[in-house]
Amino acid sequence: MCNHNRKKDCFEYVDSQLPRVPLELVVNGEKVYELIDPTMTLLDFLRNNLKLFGTKEGCGEGECGACTVIMNNKTVNSCLVLAVEAQEADILTIEGLSKGGELSILQQEFIKHDALQCGFCTPGMLMSARALLDRNPDPTVEKIKEGISGNFCRCTGYQSVIDAVLSAAKREREELR
Amino acid sequence: MMDKKEFRHIGKPLDRVDALEKVTGKPIYVHDMELPGMLYAKVLHSPYARAKIKSIDTSAAEVLSGVKAILTGKDTSHKIGLYLVDKRIIARDITRYQGEVVAAVAAVDEATAERAISLIKVEYEELPAVLTIDDALEGEILVHEDINELDGGGVFFPQKDSNIASWNKTIVGDVEKAFEEADLVVESKMYLPAAAHTPLETHVAIAEADPYSDKIKIWTSAQSPFAVRQLMAKSFGISEAAIQVIVPSIGGGFGGKAGVHLEPLITLLSKACNGRPVKLKATRREEFNQLPTRAAMRSRIKTGVMKDGKITALKVYYDWDSGAYADYGANVGRTAIYSGAGPYEIPNVEIHSRTLYTNKVFSTAYRGFGHLETHWIIERQMDIIAQKLGMDPYDFRMKNVLKPGKRTISGEIITESTGSPSDCLKAVVEEIDWAGYQSDEERNRQLKTGKVRGKGFALLHKAPSMPTNTATSVIMQMDGDGKVKVLIGAIDMGQGANTVVAQIVAEVLDIPIEDVEVVWGADTDKHPYDWQTVASKFTLMGGNAVIRAANDMLGQMKEVAAQVFRCNVDKLRHKDSHIYHVHHMDKSLPYSKLARGYVYEDGSAIGGIVIGRGSYIADGLTNLDPETGQGLPALSWTYGAHGVDLEVDVETGDIHIFKIASAFDVGRVINRKLIDGQIKGGVVQGLGSAIFEGYIFNEDGQVMNPSFTDYKIPTAMDIPDEMVSIFIENPEFDGPFGARGVAEHPMISVPSVIGNALYDALGINFYELPLSPENVALTIVNNTQKY
Ligand code: FES
Ligand code: FES
Repeated sequence: MCNHNRKKDCFEYVDSQLPRVPLELVVNGEKVYELIDPTMTLLDFLRNNLKLFGTKEGCGEGECGACTVIMNNKTVNSCLVLAVEAQEADILTIEGLSKGGELSILQQEFIKHDALQCGFCTPGMLMSARALLDRNPDPTVEKIKEGISGNFCRCTGYQSVIDAVLSAAKREREELR
Repeated sequence: MMDKKEFRHIGKPLDRVDALEKVTGKPIYVHDMELPGMLYAKVLHSPYARAKIKSIDTSAAEVLSGVKAILTGKDTSHKIGLYLVDKRIIARDITRYQGEVVAAVAAVDEATAERAISLIKVEYEELPAVLTIDDALEGEILVHEDINELDGGGVFFPQKDSNIASWNKTIVGDVEKAFEEADLVVESKMYLPAAAHTPLETHVAIAEADPYSDKIKIWTSAQSPFAVRQLMAKSFGISEAAIQVIVPSIGGGFGGKAGVHLEPLITLLSKACNGRPVKLKATRREEFNQLPTRAAMRSRIKTGVMKDGKITALKVYYDWDSGAYADYGANVGRTAIYSGAGPYEIPNVEIHSRTLYTNKVFSTAYRGFGHLETHWIIERQMDIIAQKLGMDPYDFRMKNVLKPGKRTISGEIITESTGSPSDCLKAVVEEIDWAGYQSDEERNRQLKTGKVRGKGFALLHKAPSMPTNTATSVIMQMDGDGKVKVLIGAIDMGQGANTVVAQIVAEVLDIPIEDVEVVWGADTDKHPYDWQTVASKFTLMGGNAVIRAANDMLGQMKEVAAQVFRCNVDKLRHKDSHIYHVHHMDKSLPYSKLARGYVYEDGSAIGGIVIGRGSYIADGLTNLDPETGQGLPALSWTYGAHGVDLEVDVETGDIHIFKIASAFDVGRVINRKLIDGQIKGGVVQGLGSAIFEGYIFNEDGQVMNPSFTDYKIPTAMDIPDEMVSIFIENPEFDGPFGARGVAEHPMISVPSVIGNALYDALGINFYELPLSPENVALTIVNNTQKY
């Protein structure tokens, strides 16, 4: 169990009362500067301080992937990362996946393939898929499975997610050349 | 029945209506909610399976700054329960499972609440506990001393001075005589462990309870806002009208969020805090430990067959290790007596289904409740019998399968409208190229390679398990531009209810799908009544209610149009958002000209606001006879079958699935994309139960794997290479456009199909779940040692 800032069995953010520390980073392309509790996780920082509620918490212990965000081009379970570890980092969350009222290809394909049901895993799933396509624009089914294997989904059975990522990869290769 | 191509929206793979929000991270779940002045709650759990609470000292916690309220069992005498009222909101005097709530705190933040919890001192006297099915049946220790006071309402049958929360039975014909006359009698004993729903969003609720009146407002991740309201009203002795329950987006339910859970507790806390809103969010550990599970079950089954493969007798005991409180568990047990013989015709039947109290975390509904469990027994037994008869398991099933004109074990006559299990079985058997069990020779040849391939299949059936008077309703209003807003009381937790409703509305009114909005987020103060979002009942019941509401709207518009055109209403038709005269097509009015009354050129108006209303009640159902189990429990059956082609590694016990094919007689596909998602999602969840999942308890009744680290659910790496969904469309006469419900069914019989294929592969019968690599490898070793 992660206990950076958490008392045993605590699920919500708990303030350590320690002196604040400065945190400077970029979230979804915007510069952020805040004084924060040094024990706070990145997940809590995003949700509590920045009010970015798109990133979810499903376990708080690094097992379910609901809290996945992209940090310096790599996915992390934000429930396991201290906010201060994200000093100077470039963070991408679900809220930054598309801009200007137009969905990204990946999001469009998630809709088209119905790669979501309850939607609770979806933000984390999308971030893992995004990171995968960034490092491998032409992944095999096996690579996609690996890429999203850290993200639990209890609803879809994953097949539709895999289909969505496959066809997003194809479209991105064709359209974003 | 209309031909498929005549439909504008039905059968189309439309995008789910809430997909856009969901891919942008917009939906608000109760997890995400903050209210002004909100306090946070934490609870203290019993560390013991069964213990006397000798004293609770809250004095140190009370003086902690920021603590607003502390409640223990002595502060509340309310009991609550879905079917049997057996559970205190907070344990008093005695605790009945490890994880039970003993005290609760509300404070300004979670840290303070947690600190307060750690300052509460409880003196327990640990007591011997009921931890096994045998302990429970022995009844030396009673989990509920006051069991004799429970009222089962003629539906559930708590047994005096015992741990049997309900003993339901079906008795038809004379099994003992039939066993004597049978050519072959096959007896087996099988088991499956408790399992967790693990919705990705844990249970969470916020309550605001006015201390000066009965008024309560709740936001909760519940599947059943109206049931929450009804059960709380009953428990607190107040009017249902005083309670408002709101459900925004919910992150998965699977039955675990049906009924009432955290809501009463936080209501009491909020009241104690002068009505400030209080939020309680279960941790993942609490989700496993405190909140309910699917019960473990043990079964003894005995089947009598004739040489030609006809089943003549079936006697089964289903014993459910249902935990400390009956909750939904009693109804899970009841389901087994009308559906627990599988989709077969059997003349002599005796089924005993006993929901047992034990000192473990209690159990509730889990996707298709009772069915995955009983089908694990029945569909394994069918294969075992076929082996002993030397008959192909396909032929053996076909010989006994239910057909129109035959009777179910509760005496219901199957008709064409019920659909066809044989069609489903045939489809999957073809899809996996079944050619009979492989020979021992073939098996041994493969064994040398270390990997053996096997195929198997299994049938399934399920009808909604619900009260005889289950009802649902719909209200919809037309806007001035002819667009429609629809209010339903059901919850769309991902199964796609809102999309299906939109499709039906658009179809009946013949309008573009974009012109329909199903208003998100059920609110018992605003949305019309729905019993509960469970049992895969909504497509049929809600679908019919929606059709009625849409027709109601059309009727209202036609009435006004008849005045405008000076004709009889029956001369009017509707098409493409217009009402028109059947003989004079030029006489036509768009819905938008009728939605808020019709205005003549001189400004005078007739008609009014077009508001449609529809409801549907499951009429004609009856309670089951307490002694014989005869009656009409099922509104509509849905049949299905799975077939699998897999390979097992003899050394490691690892199962690799090449293909799983699943066929369901859905009556009519309303949305292919959504239904395909239900099937694949259900199949993978079923694979969880088949291969991965199960609670592990130690000898003190403590859950040993209450986390995702120790309780593994399937990931993308674990899914079959190929999943094939097959839709059979024998229409349900009372279904909307012929459709049946199918949201839960895909999970059923998945364990059985894996078990059956393992037999084909290894020549070994498996009797216990999960078929985890360790269990499979161990069983292989034990069986080879025998040779
Ligand atoms: S919440 Fe971070 S991995 Fe589950
Ligand atoms: S969509 Fe519900 S958990 Fe993935």
